Amino acid sequence: MSAAARKRRDGAKSAAGPGPRPATKPRKTAAGNRARAGESAIEAPRTLTEFMVQAWVMEMEAAQRYTDFADAMETHNNLEVAGMFRTMAQYEARHADQILAEMGWTEPPVVPRSGFPWPGFEAPETAPIDEVHYLMQPWHALQLALAAEKAAEHFFGELARAAASESVRCAARELQAEEREHVLLVKAWMKKVPKPDPDWANDPDPARYTD
Amino acid sequence: MNDIAPPAGLTPASFKSAYKPIWCPGCGDYSVLSSVTKALAKIGVPPHDVVVVSGIGCSSRIPAYTSCYGFHGVHGRALAAGTGLKVARPDLTVLVAGGDGDGYSIGGNHFLHACRRNVDLTYIVMDNHVYGLTKGQASPTTEPDWDNKLSPGGTGIRSFHPLVIALASGANFVARAFAGDPNGTAEIIAAGIRHPGFAFIEILSPCVTFRPEQREWKQYAHPAPVGPTDDPARAARRIMTDDGFNIGILYAGDRTPYPAHSGDAKHTTADLETEFEQ
Repeated sequence: MSAAARKRRDGAKSAAGPGPRPATKPRKTAAGNRARAGESAIEAPRTLTEFMVQAWVMEMEAAQRYTDFADAMETHNNLEVAGMFRTMAQYEARHADQILAEMGWTEPPVVPRSGFPWPGFEAPETAPIDEVHYLMQPWHALQLALAAEKAAEHFFGELARAAASESVRCAARELQAEEREHVLLVKAWMKKVPKPDPDWANDPDPARYTD
Repeated sequence: MNDIAPPAGLTPASFKSAYKPIWCPGCGDYSVLSSVTKALAKIGVPPHDVVVVSGIGCSSRIPAYTSCYGFHGVHGRALAAGTGLKVARPDLTVLVAGGDGDGYSIGGNHFLHACRRNVDLTYIVMDNHVYGLTKGQASPTTEPDWDNKLSPGGTGIRSFHPLVIALASGANFVARAFAGDPNGTAEIIAAGIRHPGFAFIEILSPCVTFRPEQREWKQYAHPAPVGPTDDPARAARRIMTDDGFNIGILYAGDRTPYPAHSGDAKHTTADLETEFEQ
């Protein structure tokens, strides 16, 4: 059975939620998709310090996610992609360190207990946890990074527009420009890796035996 | 919840072990692990005062991935072990974790009675509506029409509704979380640990291997439009009528937890020996 046919078969009936048939049909209006729904979910920090703490958290969360991906790929012996995720984690951690240096912070800032009002469930630069596969290839890893950098660029742009403080607006524009550079760098990197074959996920000895 | 001042310097990393998870890449359980470590860092209880107890299943591997004390028990019996542990050592923070098969099928009876007993522990169920470790059989929460080779045309059996069953059985805290929202999930877990009594947290945790269509859950999950209630009737109505993707604390009651010490409990071996000799 092809992957598409399998997806159709397995997915056609099962988008419904947990438990017995939900009384209310689920709709695609999640908080995680507020931005897509056209709602303005951007809440700009009031001060430069608040903004830089938020930017630092964004970089740290992205670094942690790439580290988790690298560990998972190593466990599944996909060492090439693991190495790429490890490199991406290092880049993000370096960006976080740059923020500390720019602000003259000698230790990590105190993060508000309530967290930050991200436009989705997670910070925009954090790659979604479910978008990796044990057979993924470098191109896929870069595609994830590209989406994350684009989301970060968009976020800082929106934040600059929403900012009431001039210092926050300037800093957001600066970080937006940096993220735009990262987008270009990832795009250049993507040109150096082969695009995967359409059957890249085919495994002759798959984990699932239900097919 | 223990009245312990948060020690300085505890971060999520303080609660991670050196072992790397062997879950499938993309599994929601990675995110739940991250949420558990974030929640424990928020709570500020040191790892040596926390015990993570589990049963059998993919998600039940979680104790090994934390630096807390852990007990990877037998199938479906995590709550029995966790209850005994908390009653014997009320000073410890006890987290019980597992999956939908472990908790609602093999351990279904323990689930009911753990809710009823209302011992002060937190039960986290990573629900993916499938037995992943044994390669994709239908679980109690699987939709009746989930068609696959092991149950062609679906099981035709009505799915278990853990939240309303927990509420009806007496759980003092009932919440639904989503693995795609690790920070929100961490908040809910922390709230569950802080809340006195039995806290039940159902976490929608997609299985990308056997239920790849569950990746769509992130399109549906949304914060509960209203805050928690302490009225079980109102909570039951909300839970029974929502869309299954309402994320948040749905019920926070005020039942008194099962007393960890009733009467003159014997604390030391010498006390017990004296008792036997009498």
